[in-house]
Amino acid sequence: MLYDSERGCAAVREGAGRSGDDAAGRRAAGELEAAVLAVLQAAGSALSPGDVRDRLGGDLAYTTVVTILSRLHDKGVLERRKAGRAFRYVPVADEPGLAARRMARVLDAEPDREAVLARFVSSLSDTDEELLRRMHGEAAADGG
Amino acid sequence: MHLAIYLPLVMPLLAAVAAWPLAERLPPATATWLLVLSSVALAAASSAVLGMLALTAVVRIPLVDSLGEMSGQVISRDDPASVPVAIAAGALLAAAAATACRALWRRAAALIEAGRQARLLPGAGQVVVTDDEAADAYTLPGVPCRIVITTGMLRALSDPERRVLLAHERAHALGLHYLFTTAARLAAAANPLLRPVAAATGYTLERWADERAAAVTGDRRLAARAIARAALAATTAPSRKPRRAAHAATVLGAVSTPVRMRRAGPVPRRVAALLRPPRDPRLLLLAAAVLLVAAVGVSALEAARDLHALLESARAAGTS
Repeated sequence: MLYDSERGCAAVREGAGRSGDDAAGRRAAGELEAAVLAVLQAAGSALSPGDVRDRLGGDLAYTTVVTILSRLHDKGVLERRKAGRAFRYVPVADEPGLAARRMARVLDAEPDREAVLARFVSSLSDTDEELLRRMHGEAAADGG
Repeated sequence: MHLAIYLPLVMPLLAAVAAWPLAERLPPATATWLLVLSSVALAAASSAVLGMLALTAVVRIPLVDSLGEMSGQVISRDDPASVPVAIAAGALLAAAAATACRALWRRAAALIEAGRQARLLPGAGQVVVTDDEAADAYTLPGVPCRIVITTGMLRALSDPERRVLLAHERAHALGLHYLFTTAARLAAAANPLLRPVAAATGYTLERWADERAAAVTGDRRLAARAIARAALAATTAPSRKPRRAAHAATVLGAVSTPVRMRRAGPVPRRVAALLRPPRDPRLLLLAAAVLLVAAVGVSALEAARDLHALLESARAAGTS
């Protein structure tokens, strides 16, 4: 069980550079969101849409970047601060590894993710929960 | 073409009914292969039969007859299917093709996106721990697959239970289980009657990974406990539910398990399965299921041969 925030940032930055060229389509939008997130995560400080566009390295329209940033803000992934006439964006918290959580959240919004992610445990109904507590109690009693 | 042509259209209904009992009674690896291969075969056979029925409508169009130098009288006389049936089959086939293409497209997009996310996850190891209070753990398909575990989930489990969790997720990642899910879902998209089979496949894949984890750790009860604890942690962690005492329900444990299990969801079933000894192979049951699917294949082939013979005779009459 390891994560390595140094290497993580490097990997994330590389990923961001690779995925900045296709602005069309809904899947491309998800891809751009991940790239923008990666840029902000790697930056370590609040960035303006212009900064984000420069760091993405592609030839994205300024308005596209603004759209993605505000969408991520709506999803609760980014915080924004008023700086002059524009907003500056920063990831909601800076703890290491949080990038992964945010990306998983972005992915959660994709269709078909149910079947794409192999979850350890699916959600429980109330009946299931009660049943499971009883079985869990039995298993714990028998098995230590 | 006789009534056997309708067998591939009816058999998915039987498969839908039989999927869950088979998933519960066969060892999970066997059940997964059986369900996935059957659903793909049944979807292919039912689509092929719809195509053949639709073709019998097409060849009755006079223009097609003259182009193919076929005799319309012969086709009408040896009537393979009534025109409304043939037209309905054509419409169903078109709908099936459209939903299957759409499902394929969406699935491919979701898998590509997941693969991208898997690459973007921090660190170089297969396992990524994310700092998150909510207990969660999943395998993200990709090259390679990544296993994401939250700190909340790690905290909820003991050391041996964490080994179960890791072994379970590794089984998903190494076994490329997402390919099975994808195949089953595509089959279900082409023939919606097969949806219960796809759902049962999701369950048998979890069971497969559970059994693998039990084998790796050498302790079925431990595996059962880990799943139960993880599921309870994942359910109670959000503040939406007041946390109840962990063993409050043990006190109420007078109701017999079989009665309660009938309405249980996948997680309690998985735990119960691990608390039982492993399933025997049940070769007879397996053979029966394979035979039924094979019968569908044979009847589809038979229908194709009949259709071919019909077209040949129509052509012979048309050119003479």
